[in-house]
Amino acid sequence: MSLMLNHISFKPSEEYHLNDISLRFDSGKMYTILGRTLSGKTTLLKTIAGLQTPDSGSINFEDTDFLSIPVWKRNVAMVYQQFINYPHLNVRDNVAFPLKQRKMDENLIEKEVQEAMEKVGLIGFESRKIQELSGGQQQRVALARSLAKKAKILLLDEPLVNLDYKLREGLREEFKKLFNVSDESNSILIYASTDPLEAMQLNGDIIVIDEGKILQTGTAKDVFENPATAKVAEITNDPAMNINKCLIQDNSLIMNDSVQIQIPDELKSVPNGKYLVGIRATDIYLDDQGFAFDVEISEISGSETFLHLRNKNLKCVATIEEVKTYNTNEVVKINFDKSKIYLFEESGDLRHSPYQQ
Amino acid sequence: MPKLYTFLKYFFVVLWACFVIAPFLWAISTSFKDFNSVTGGATYIPWLQFEPTLDGWSVLFKPGSQGGINIIGPYFNSIFVTLTASLISIVLGTLAAYALSRYTFKAGIVKNNDITFFFISQRIMPPVVLSIPFFIFLSSLGLLDSLAGLILVYIVLLMPIAVWIMVDFFNRVPREIDETALIDGCNPFQAFFKVVLPNSVPGMLVAGLFCIIFGWIDFFFAFILTFTKVQLLPVKIVALNSSITPWWSLSAAALVSVAPLIIVAFIVERYLSKGNLSGALK
Repeated sequence: MSLMLNHISFKPSEEYHLNDISLRFDSGKMYTILGRTLSGKTTLLKTIAGLQTPDSGSINFEDTDFLSIPVWKRNVAMVYQQFINYPHLNVRDNVAFPLKQRKMDENLIEKEVQEAMEKVGLIGFESRKIQELSGGQQQRVALARSLAKKAKILLLDEPLVNLDYKLREGLREEFKKLFNVSDESNSILIYASTDPLEAMQLNGDIIVIDEGKILQTGTAKDVFENPATAKVAEITNDPAMNINKCLIQDNSLIMNDSVQIQIPDELKSVPNGKYLVGIRATDIYLDDQGFAFDVEISEISGSETFLHLRNKNLKCVATIEEVKTYNTNEVVKINFDKSKIYLFEESGDLRHSPYQQ
Repeated sequence: MPKLYTFLKYFFVVLWACFVIAPFLWAISTSFKDFNSVTGGATYIPWLQFEPTLDGWSVLFKPGSQGGINIIGPYFNSIFVTLTASLISIVLGTLAAYALSRYTFKAGIVKNNDITFFFISQRIMPPVVLSIPFFIFLSSLGLLDSLAGLILVYIVLLMPIAVWIMVDFFNRVPREIDETALIDGCNPFQAFFKVVLPNSVPGMLVAGLFCIIFGWIDFFFAFILTFTKVQLLPVKIVALNSSITPWWSLSAAALVSVAPLIIVAFIVERYLSKGNLSGALK
């Protein structure tokens, strides 16, 4: 059983929202669609759900033409990033709604609802009104409703993004467990996210999308270690991987006239010429013998500090493993972990990854 | 400091309440006066300052042959016309507003907003502009001087209000609720009736309140489009005016006219302040 998208395109105005998308989703597996805001993630999910009809292409599920089936008969479930529930119904009736709609037997509904509520930890909240719940609880209700349906396709559109940090971490852990449980039911799970860390943690197959186009698909490890293009490298890292123009000439990598490094051995085979160099923020470290950069912005994030640095036309972001306040225009000396350098062709295609054999 | 704030708050609330209630008290007191007590200087307290009489009230209920105006018939006519027209307006207006809010219409340069504006624009014209067309329209249908004719005209007047309020309301209800209903197995009609409509009660109550107010207070069309068979309250009350203005009867009539609106406002307010519906949708 699989869901096949064949050359799906959707272009409501000047720009493509979906551009020739072909994907295969196998049941019992989990997929993470990773892309920035407005990259087409939601449109893709809505197209699979049937809320949006593509201009061209076809969708097949279990050998049926999915596009000819209206939304309400497709048996998919979807959780939105906003907490969407039915405000006029209490928690229990919210979860039971799709089952009642299916005219299921009352006793069976009761059983399924209980099961779903238990999974998401809502036992005891059955008769509460939606408005009386916190955001996290509201999202649990939405999740319970989609689980109770036992839909063959479960679509999750950034379900955690509107929750506060701590809740998000907690619920994500639960999600992973839920997904493992759901695996037995052989449904397809598609999770859209803007957060690379979240995508890595969920550990499903990753589909990188940008401007309505699929850039790369593969396992989390694959996509992280060998991004197909510079764009993918930016999207799959937070902070985005630093991508800068560079020149390779006689074993040195020249980013600008003052930042030049000796290239590591594995890059010696690369012919001279213009490239894009990619360095993760975490692979930049403070070094008294390093290059002088001006601090443009410094932001503290948890136990780390993000430094937005600049050396003439060269900009980069570095993650420093300590909490420290830097002043704007303060000069810091940094260096790059040469063993972690990525090289892309000027077109953006990957030329060298430190993880390549 | 909070004490002072609380004091000021209550002070102004009480002040405002007096400002609102005083005219009513005055009208009540006046309605029990006769010619002499009205013209004989300012008096407010019955028995103490003037001798109360029911004359002002009895005129409202006496038949014409006894010098009264008998508002009971027109009163029920008004209630019937206003409620029927409001109900139909809300039903049609809600359906139209939902379509305008959720679906995209396009005919040449005419789009959703233009259609919405078309509805609202019906209210821009002064009533007098519409009087002749409505008169001809009703007379050709044989509906002049009839309840059905009045209801028809009032629907034209009230539906734009309902559409206007409900479009705004639906625009604020996240589309994702409809979509979730579709995903959960509702066809578009079920999604509307099972999910959208039950959550639209606050909007419909507000729309209903406005329809009832504007229907109830209309004088112009009730005056133009009826003669003798059917009369509405506002028109009937005017019959009170003669060579001497009967302030006592006018006060009584004012109180009877405003009573239904006060009741409706209280009912709607009760529902809205429950808050469970109004706060449910972001």
